[in-house]
Amino acid sequence: MNNIEWPYPLEWDSEERIDTDVLVLGGGIAGCMAAIAAARKGQQVVLIEKGATKRSGAGGSGCDHWESAATNPCSKVTPEEITLAMLDDNQGYNNGISHYIECKEGYDRLLDIEKMGGKIRDTKNEFAGAQFRDEDTKLMFAYDYENKFTLRIWGSTFKPAMYDELRRLGVKIYDRVMVTSLLMEGGKQGGRCIGATGMHTRTGKFFIFRGKASIMCMSRPARIWLFSADLPGLCEFRPTQCIGDGHAMGWRAGAEFTMMEKSVGAEFSASGRSYPPYGAGNNHNTWYGTSLIDSEGKEIPYADRDGNLLNNVSDRFKPSKGQKFFMKGGSIDYPKYEIEGPETLSFAKMIEAGYKLPFYADLSKLPELERKVIWGMMIGEEGKTKVPIYKNYKDAGFDPEKHVIQCYGTGWTSADFLPQERQLFGLPGGFMNDWTLGTNLKGLYVAGDSLFASNCYGHAATTGYYAGRHGAEYAAANTLTEIDATQVEQEKNRIYAPIRNEPHNSIGWKELNAAISKTMQNYCGEIKRDELLNIGLLRLKEYEKKVIPNTFAYNPHELTRLLEVFDILEVSQLIVHSCLARKSSAKPLCFYRGDEKEQDQEKENKFITIKQKSQKIEIGGKPLDYFGNLKENYENHNKDYIRRCKDEQ
Amino acid sequence: MNNDKKCYLGEMPSANPIIYHKEKCIGCNRCVNICQVDLFIPNPEKGKPPIVLYPGECWYCGCCVMECPIEGAITLRHPLMNQVHWVEKDKLIKNKEEK
Ligand SMILES: Cc1cc2nc3c(=O)[nH]c(=O)nc-3n(C[C@H](O)[C@H](O)[C@H](O)COP(=O)(O)OP(=O)(O)OC[C@H]3O[C@@H](n4cnc5c(N)ncnc54)[C@H](O)[C@@H]3O)c2cc1C
Ligand code: SF4
Ligand code: SF4
Repeated sequence: MNNIEWPYPLEWDSEERIDTDVLVLGGGIAGCMAAIAAARKGQQVVLIEKGATKRSGAGGSGCDHWESAATNPCSKVTPEEITLAMLDDNQGYNNGISHYIECKEGYDRLLDIEKMGGKIRDTKNEFAGAQFRDEDTKLMFAYDYENKFTLRIWGSTFKPAMYDELRRLGVKIYDRVMVTSLLMEGGKQGGRCIGATGMHTRTGKFFIFRGKASIMCMSRPARIWLFSADLPGLCEFRPTQCIGDGHAMGWRAGAEFTMMEKSVGAEFSASGRSYPPYGAGNNHNTWYGTSLIDSEGKEIPYADRDGNLLNNVSDRFKPSKGQKFFMKGGSIDYPKYEIEGPETLSFAKMIEAGYKLPFYADLSKLPELERKVIWGMMIGEEGKTKVPIYKNYKDAGFDPEKHVIQCYGTGWTSADFLPQERQLFGLPGGFMNDWTLGTNLKGLYVAGDSLFASNCYGHAATTGYYAGRHGAEYAAANTLTEIDATQVEQEKNRIYAPIRNEPHNSIGWKELNAAISKTMQNYCGEIKRDELLNIGLLRLKEYEKKVIPNTFAYNPHELTRLLEVFDILEVSQLIVHSCLARKSSAKPLCFYRGDEKEQDQEKENKFITIKQKSQKIEIGGKPLDYFGNLKENYENHNKDYIRRCKDEQ
Repeated sequence: MNNDKKCYLGEMPSANPIIYHKEKCIGCNRCVNICQVDLFIPNPEKGKPPIVLYPGECWYCGCCVMECPIEGAITLRHPLMNQVHWVEKDKLIKNKEEK
């Protein structure tokens, strides 16, 4: 501990009450768009953000791809086609509702963001004549250049544009406030959500927010299995402060979750083991289409899904013979044959054929505009690349026409991890939703990466806007409700207890997080067994009962970090309970059991749902196609929106 | 160099993500207020570079640098172990020929 005095006023003892129509919890991509939608519907909106809304969230610094904008004027596929392909790719374990919204309204949101000041097309004609550019609209596409449904965008301009729009619309923004709990009618778990509590991360001040509707936009959990006390900011792919507070408070309040038993072997950005995202040699995602060479300069060929070698760079961006469209290049998620894109030969084949390690990403021989769009546009606009990759590499002398960048590991993962080092990545579990993006708790809506099986910027923006719209309708038809004083008192006791403990014999947030992660690796690793899961649960419960009362924090910032770890502990228990609930292995959930009985498999082919009611855990199930007919249900639930879009045309 | 013949206490950080350039920084604290992780605090002395209080928590997003009004006042640096290697392609080919 150094002797610098805390620079902000300490307000642990003061309390502020705020009433509004719509309460938005989290100011990332989904939260900003939810607040904008609700404000446009004439509702008073309060947005609460732990960081600084202007750049907060996974997409705050940028984003280079907007996926699945199937209604853009150049697209050759329909929202139905893409959504069905996504569902099929995951054998049904995907969010049909939210991904249909993504496909259906993505282009509407892009136009919206363009009006706010975001850049979505090549207005300066820097890429005129490129294969990936549409000359009329100046829109630019990625991956499948023939079907044109994923756009390249200048995402570093988006978040500040949304921030300006929020202020223009009069949304009241509370930055540096951590939402700590959901307030329930009568204080009852499983009841109606009537507001939230918060704590200022610099002053420690307590907030009581009342809203007629609330929208959960705090993204997804992290640091469950992966932790480094030295470099906690490098533990995971997502921002340091995004660790799943929303899931924890939702679980406490009685919200229903699904797919929480799913976790994947760590792939990306964990504990500094891998290299900076998008900063090492690879040919996926932002770098899709890049040539790979071996350490003697020999080029590694691309092949289509049938193994036919592709001779021209332009073929890397085309579907193969007889294929309607492909989703993404590369084998990031081992896509099904139907939607598999071109990819370099497999690692094993390359070694067998005598290619020498290490491999390098080589932009030098790409057509000029392909090189320029990857190095300078995508690397630059993609999250976490403008300064740490593009600027810093350039300043250090990197020249894409001359230099090649080393690949680590076997490709996009840029490192190899142990099987028990797991992550909620890809399409992890989350809040269960209906066609309004409502949860099982009345008055609580959910959007973005808080939703189960969610991912991506466009998905967050579209579901945010959609939940904002539906939340606003609910708010317009309901009134504010009296807060339960006991619930508020209990919450105050919970969050401020650690500042009363003595530092010298107490436990800080890093020590607790490290213990939780180790427990999860030991008892909830790659292969699940009831015996181990149950012991894991006991350990976690012990931390809750015996360790939490002995934790401490020096100041409001560290208290924030500590409350986050309390939430990590809560989410870890939710995960173990969810694992216990599924008795048989399920490949699409990357869920493997060492103690399964075969007869369980068939009957468990469904979403297993989990929630708490009156402090008891309730397990339920929903069929994989519970969302019904996509188009019909969408139209039935969005008549106003469809009418308004028609009027505007 | 430490010329004042004194030592100070403190734990060695595992990384120094942020470097301030004293002669350029105007101490406006824009970097402090944009950081979503909130790892800085303003310098108690007005006009001086902020203090990096929690360097380990940095997410390496670069927003602090993007927000700074003064070119070159603040640098973001990946930890040494995360610095990526690149080489001249011609050298790879030449190495092969020499073998
Ligand atoms: C480096 C990087 C690059 C990416 N690139 C792309 C891309 O090119 N294309 C793409 O489609 N997707 C990309 N993604 C994914 C995409 O950014 C996310 O899917 C998207 O941002 C999710 O939006 P969200 O609103 O759900 O969460 P976020 O945008 O992460 O926002 C969550 C917000 O909640 C706040 N919050 C959390 N807890 C609390 C609390 N207790 N109280 C108050 N506030 C809280 C956080 O501070 C944060 O601002 C990328 C992600 C990363 C990390
Ligand atoms: S934003 Fe730039 S000038 Fe302002 S305090 Fe930070 S580094 Fe200094
Ligand atoms: S790089 Fe990002 S996380 Fe690190 S100090 Fe700057 S703004 Fe904060």
